[in-house]
Amino acid sequence: MSRTETDSTGKKGKWTRRAFIGAGVVAGGALVVGVAVRQGNPIDRLGPLLADGKDEQLLNAWVKVDADNIVTAVIPHVEMGQGVYTALAQMLADEMDADWSKVRILEAPADMQYVSDSIGRDFLLPDLEVPALFEPTVAGGILELAQAMGLQFTGGSYSVRATGQRAMRTAGAAAREMLVAAAASEWQVPASEITTADSMFLHAESGKSEPFSKFALAAAEQSLPAKPRLKSPENYRIMGQPKARHDIPEKVDGSAIFGIDAKVPGMKYAAVKAAPVVGATVASMDATTAKTMPGVLQILNMGDFVAVVADGYWQAQQALNSIETTYSKTEGDSLDQDAIFARYARYLDEAGEDDGDMETEQGDAAKGFAEAAIKVEAEYKVPFLAHATMEPMNCTAWVRDGKCDVWSGHQAPVNARQAAADAAGLAFEDVTYHNAYLGGGFGRRSESDNIVMATRIAKATGYPVKMIWSREEDMAQDHYRPSATSRFRGGLDKYGKAVSWSNIHTHLFDPKDAPTVPYYNIASHRIRKVDVPMQLRFGPWRSVDHSQHGFFIESFVDEMAHAAGKDGYEFRRELLAGSERHLKVLDTAAKMSGWGNALPEKHGRGIAFVPSFGSIVAQVAEVDMSGPKPRVKKVYVAADPGFVINPDGFTAQMESAIAYGLTAALYGEITLGDGKVQQSNFHDYPMLRINEMPAVEVALINGDHKHLGGGGEPGLPPIAPAVTNAIFAATGKRIRELPLSRHSFA
Amino acid sequence: MIKLNVNGQAREVDVDPATPILWVVRENLEMTGTKFGCGIAQCGACTVHLDGKPVRSCSTPVSAAAGKAITTIEGITGEDGTLHRVQKAWIKAQVPQCGYCQSGQIMAAVALLEKNPRPSDTQIDAAMAGHVCRCGMYNRIRQAIKAAAGQPATETAA
Repeated sequence: MSRTETDSTGKKGKWTRRAFIGAGVVAGGALVVGVAVRQGNPIDRLGPLLADGKDEQLLNAWVKVDADNIVTAVIPHVEMGQGVYTALAQMLADEMDADWSKVRILEAPADMQYVSDSIGRDFLLPDLEVPALFEPTVAGGILELAQAMGLQFTGGSYSVRATGQRAMRTAGAAAREMLVAAAASEWQVPASEITTADSMFLHAESGKSEPFSKFALAAAEQSLPAKPRLKSPENYRIMGQPKARHDIPEKVDGSAIFGIDAKVPGMKYAAVKAAPVVGATVASMDATTAKTMPGVLQILNMGDFVAVVADGYWQAQQALNSIETTYSKTEGDSLDQDAIFARYARYLDEAGEDDGDMETEQGDAAKGFAEAAIKVEAEYKVPFLAHATMEPMNCTAWVRDGKCDVWSGHQAPVNARQAAADAAGLAFEDVTYHNAYLGGGFGRRSESDNIVMATRIAKATGYPVKMIWSREEDMAQDHYRPSATSRFRGGLDKYGKAVSWSNIHTHLFDPKDAPTVPYYNIASHRIRKVDVPMQLRFGPWRSVDHSQHGFFIESFVDEMAHAAGKDGYEFRRELLAGSERHLKVLDTAAKMSGWGNALPEKHGRGIAFVPSFGSIVAQVAEVDMSGPKPRVKKVYVAADPGFVINPDGFTAQMESAIAYGLTAALYGEITLGDGKVQQSNFHDYPMLRINEMPAVEVALINGDHKHLGGGGEPGLPPIAPAVTNAIFAATGKRIRELPLSRHSFA
Repeated sequence: MIKLNVNGQAREVDVDPATPILWVVRENLEMTGTKFGCGIAQCGACTVHLDGKPVRSCSTPVSAAAGKAITTIEGITGEDGTLHRVQKAWIKAQVPQCGYCQSGQIMAAVALLEKNPRPSDTQIDAAMAGHVCRCGMYNRIRQAIKAAAGQPATETAA
């Protein structure tokens, strides 16, 4: 007894609703119903991976129901503190009418079937702006590219608004419809007479009621819903509720397993040191002392890095510290901090008035500026930043007998699996990737350099090895948030109305809209970028390019307001005129903060407004400048992500993004000397501490339940400019370069 | 062999006495709740108790634990699984995000409340400022400590 729902269109690359929903029966007679993420029926391969207990039945690729009527949501994303397990489970459980107290969560295995971005934009993502990071996968050739790139990615504040909104809810609704159809058939009553709640069917007229599990198997015989009907917001019962996070209990008793906690029988430990300048290789290595040190098993010159393998990590690190190495010369050896910003300036100068890549052009910004009654010009700079996740980079690998097992915490497990396969010289199928909790991701754990290194070490040793980076190595070998310079020209008419906006900046990575201000009503815009070659490794860092451009844009808007003789809040209101949703967010933050009310002496308020990742966020920071350095006392946040799935979780993300962004604004700076990163640990790359954390008050606005925005990142971009605008209000000193620790306020 | 008392249990380990407690606990005793963060006593993720006092286990040699009681995050939950009031407060306030620093944060909070059952905001700052939470859950940490102490939450940081 089995049914397979294969490609019903017969054409590869054509996506229909039927192609996404499949049903079948796995070995042992268990029911499988799935919302397939790509053509073909994925169930045969997924079943064995998910059915981990007797009497359990897979209900679909994102949900299973066991004999005890426990609903398990299978989450194709990773948990790094953003609460995604819980939020996505809420979306599925609500559509399914599941009993929340009996919902369990399972992270999807690193299998190609879970490539979350191959859902197909034409079908499931018709109105979503896909971050450029995913563009190659989503835009055509979906299957092949997904396999090549191995995207099962958690980032881009993407999980709830894409996977949740389109896949989890669809899965829940499809499962419910098939279950109801089965119950209707068994009870011989119309499906429309059956209601569902708390994982139970109820037929009011006859008084019959049964748990979902009763008809789970029979549901396999039902026709596949072509278009499962999703709830409208007034019927939400679990979405929109501040449900407690599922991952928290094991994070308070030490039982949560992170990548660094992997345990493999016979495992040894490796400490590593990579060439300090990108592209350099080990020229010479003197390990005379290391060889004699206790516990040392192997000393490996891997070319681009040195590894010591020992019985324990501390032994390995001690031995590594005793090794003297020299490295090959590279062009990057001469790079130092001043040269980087000088290089940016040169490229910007050379772009002049007309060169560089045009990003946005609307109206005649040059003419608008030339004719403006008031002209404003400014240049801003931000530094390189490290991620500094609390859990240093690590990975455990075991390569033997043509197979490879890898343990880590990664934002893109399928990527990690492919990276390990390539490093081991094995096929994707020969690698098993075991993902664990991420001790902070923030973009850092979307890279696979640690996976590759550990796999290479394990291949060289033949036994399982846990590689742990020291904090110093983690700081020196990051994929950094790029530094950047941005220059603006703004024109205002004689009434102080903004009429011209010109910007040229270095570097653009993602998202492409980060430097643009389409929400601000200014007659002419002209935004360009110049690419500047740089030897340092870059990577996404929480909120990616919005982390730079939020500061640039909202600082310059404030400068224009000041030049116009206007209040920063009122000036932004004018720029947002006619856009009610944006205005509501701005007004809410201003009102919460008591904008306009008197503050103590040497205190200031600053406002900033940044829509990003589909969410609109305004922040007002209150800063005390009476001491030797800025003291951010309170931050008022108004956020509209469309609809908030979990209000407490979203609020926590706002608090977190403020702390992360404020750390960077106050202290964050990676500098280079002789091509090497000069910071090494928390003493010279300081972190915000509890005594510096501002109070945070958050107001959430459900402005558009159909178009959801992200939660993990949008709280970050406004904090730096809110603070620097507040410093200007308090002191008259305009901050055009971060971090604040570079400036004297005495 | 070095004799240790860990979470009330007598344990023996064959390690160099200079080995930091952190690695003995994590690798030799296979208790991974205590975390490695910086290795230089700057972040607090590795905090354990030595005779009830919080110490940075990444920078404390195991020889320093001779004759003393080591308590790790695994040792503050009751034998019947009952959570410590600090752990309960942590869940109630939904403190952890990534969770990696939380063993150290909780050990510091437990030690603080043992010494000072009703800490002021300033005292909380003094006890907790050595602990980095990269997810920035400081306000929830403060709130949870106050709740565990039976005190009302304060709205603003000191």
